[in-house]
Amino acid sequence: MSEPLLEVTGLRKHFPVRGGFLRRRVGEIKAVDGVDLTVHRGETVALVGESGCGKSTTGRAILRLEAPTAGEVVFHHPEHGPVHLESADARTLRAVRPHLQMVFQDPFASLDSRMTVGGIVAEPLVINKAATGQELKDRVAELLTLVGLRPEHANRYPHAFSGGQRQRICIARALALDPDLIVCDEAVSALDVSVQAQILNLLEDLQRRLGLAYLFISHDLAAVEHIADRVVVMYVGKIVESGPVEQIYTAPRHPYTEALLAAVPQPDPRVRTRPKLLTGDVPSPASPPGGCYFHPRCPHAQPVCATEAPEVRSVGDGHLSACHFADALPLAGATAAARPPATPAAQANS
Amino acid sequence: MSQSYAEEGASAAALADTPDETADPVLSVRDLEVEFPTPLGVVGALNGVTFDVPRGKVLGIVGESGCGKSVTARAILQIIEKPGRITGGTITLRGQDTQTEITKLGPDSARMRALRGREIAMIFQEPMRSLNPVHTIGAQIAEAVLLHQTRDRKQAHERAVEILRQVGMPHPEAVATSYPHQLSGGMRQRAMIAMALSCNPGLLIADEPTTALDVTTEAQILELIRDVRDRSGMSVMFITHSMGVVAQLCDEVIVMYLGRIVERGSVDDLFHDPKHPYTQALLRSIPRIGGDRKVPLEVIEGSVPDPHTRVAGCPFHPRCPQAIPGRCDTAFPGRSTAGPGHTVHCHLHDDDAAGHTEPGEDA
Ligand SMILES: Nc1ncnc2c1ncn2[C@@H]1O[C@H](COP(=O)(O)OP(=O)(O)OP(=O)(O)O)[C@@H](O)[C@H]1O
Ligand SMILES: Nc1ncnc2c1ncn2[C@@H]1O[C@H](COP(=O)(O)OP(=O)(O)OP(=O)(O)O)[C@@H](O)[C@H]1O
Ligand code: SF4
Ligand code: SF4
Ligand SMILES: [Mg+2]
Ligand SMILES: [Mg+2]
Repeated sequence: MSEPLLEVTGLRKHFPVRGGFLRRRVGEIKAVDGVDLTVHRGETVALVGESGCGKSTTGRAILRLEAPTAGEVVFHHPEHGPVHLESADARTLRAVRPHLQMVFQDPFASLDSRMTVGGIVAEPLVINKAATGQELKDRVAELLTLVGLRPEHANRYPHAFSGGQRQRICIARALALDPDLIVCDEAVSALDVSVQAQILNLLEDLQRRLGLAYLFISHDLAAVEHIADRVVVMYVGKIVESGPVEQIYTAPRHPYTEALLAAVPQPDPRVRTRPKLLTGDVPSPASPPGGCYFHPRCPHAQPVCATEAPEVRSVGDGHLSACHFADALPLAGATAAARPPATPAAQANS
Repeated sequence: MSQSYAEEGASAAALADTPDETADPVLSVRDLEVEFPTPLGVVGALNGVTFDVPRGKVLGIVGESGCGKSVTARAILQIIEKPGRITGGTITLRGQDTQTEITKLGPDSARMRALRGREIAMIFQEPMRSLNPVHTIGAQIAEAVLLHQTRDRKQAHERAVEILRQVGMPHPEAVATSYPHQLSGGMRQRAMIAMALSCNPGLLIADEPTTALDVTTEAQILELIRDVRDRSGMSVMFITHSMGVVAQLCDEVIVMYLGRIVERGSVDDLFHDPKHPYTQALLRSIPRIGGDRKVPLEVIEGSVPDPHTRVAGCPFHPRCPQAIPGRCDTAFPGRSTAGPGHTVHCHLHDDDAAGHTEPGEDA
């Protein structure tokens, strides 16, 4: 494995819950509650889990778009060595920011409709005084070409573009300052199936060419399997399992991961599964249950699960699980979906 | 424009026949056309859509964003956003021994209002669009029951709790007294389904009801819909982006592209013997668990054209790897039969042995 680019330890982000007439602090939402993760140079780490489990908050706290409540976020700067982002001052942050970028879910909301596409892509270069004049124009043209758009698109406005094209513009903008890491928060979730494929391919192609690393936040487990090298599964602010993508998908070691994989609808009517459904809702991070947070919904729960929180421990090479019975449970991986028959269209294409 | 004569031909043919080999459809749509006049020109949202919804089955509708799935659903209920309007075609609702031609009813007529909710119910992607934030869930369902079923308030409330229990809502009594904002996304979606089912509609139209939900919650909702179909024989029109959901839930599938139906068949035909190049490409572009991670996904080159431009000939020809020059870019392909209940609009299949092209439809 290549050297670590980002090392996160014990990351916490708690939001106050205010209540009553005086808006006093009456509790805490532990949105992110002790997350450890490492992203190596050039790899893709996926962050998965149900809505509200803290994926976006983790991404935002890592990039210091939100000040972490506790924990360490160390970015290994290619020249200056390790930088502690959680405590970095404004000047250090400004110097580091170009290396860390983010792409969001909604390509419609995240582009300023009054700016031309060229202006949008050039903005980070202008703000950071990275290029001016002809050099700036050339760089914008290069970036647009890199993401599969045309240089002449620079003069148009975002409304004239489709969802997939707008997401390409967002990616071009994120690439402007030669980042090392891009946090993709549901970057393909709002896109059409066929457009999703284009953007996933683009992200992989850019990774190969530019050595980028991605923190790929998504609830689409099929897309994650396709793009990720390692997968981190979160539940109510905590990591319940993490490991290499093949191991997570074929031999999960946490009942929550098993349940998530079983719920993925397979695109094959001949493989109709009626998954054992998870009952109940995700608990609120303001009042999680005692013991293992998953115990009220876990089909394998034992009495100890209601009282003792399981520790995260190693269950294999680079594979971690936080379940009391990680070694004993016979958990099933995802069913592999059959490829569709080869079509003349496909043969003509390849 | 070369497209116009092909379209006129298509209308005449489609009106005359029954396209699907469903003996007993609950709803028949024939050559439906919907237009939106906009400052930039007229958008032809539906350009002659013909299909049947089989009784007691789940019909899936898939296709790229903007291809007309929601407009089709809204046309059936006559709730198309102004200034959009139906400019051609018919929609017929078929009861056991009655027939109602929806396209002849005024959108605000008493008959149309009675039909909505009671005979055809609809659920949307965002439950908050159908739930009223200032009334409790129980009151909202009871109101729907009072409107169509009983005049007794107490009975209506009991029925509301009963329906919530039927959709698998935990603690139905407590949920009945809750307001929408007090529920999680999945519970709100269940509440909306409960409301839609409260009057035992014969047809449920679901427009991406699970797109915003987690896979775990989605699986629960799909199970719920299967369960209601099996118990009450309700017919379902299910619009979705997810090929996985289609494969797991639907009996039959319609594939749309740019305001037209390009292929229709049983779910097995569509996934294992797709005929239309767009359907084939769509299926090959989705990431699959267990697939070869080193191989890039297959993509459909290009993008859907701007809705204001009319594409002559086959709407897919600018992106189709198999397009036949001089043919695909001039004439809209007629409907060919690929097998029982399996039809396709593509010039590659014009002379399929099993099928025939409708005379006139191909102009
Ligand atoms: N600014 C905030 N103030 C209070 N609570 C917040 C804030 N931001 C997030 N939360 C809460 O923190 C928890 C985690 O939210 P987060 O957005 O990180 O989840 P997520 O995993 O990204 O979910 P989704 O898949 O829906 O995007 C949720 O319970 C959310 O309500
Ligand atoms: N209110 C409107 N005004 C103008 N055009 C409209 C309006 N509503 C829909 N359209 C047009 O009608 C066409 C079909 O739209 P529709 O909403 O049915 O697409 P869809 O298949 O449901 O897409 P999605 O998957 O994004 O929901 C599109 O070209 C759209 O631009
Ligand atoms: S610790 Fe217990 S409740 Fe938690 S996942 Fe493991 S078996 Fe289930
Ligand atoms: S009619 Fe022609 S362009 Fe259209 S899908 Fe068939 S081969 Fe492709
Ligand atoms: Mg999020
Ligand atoms: Mg729609």
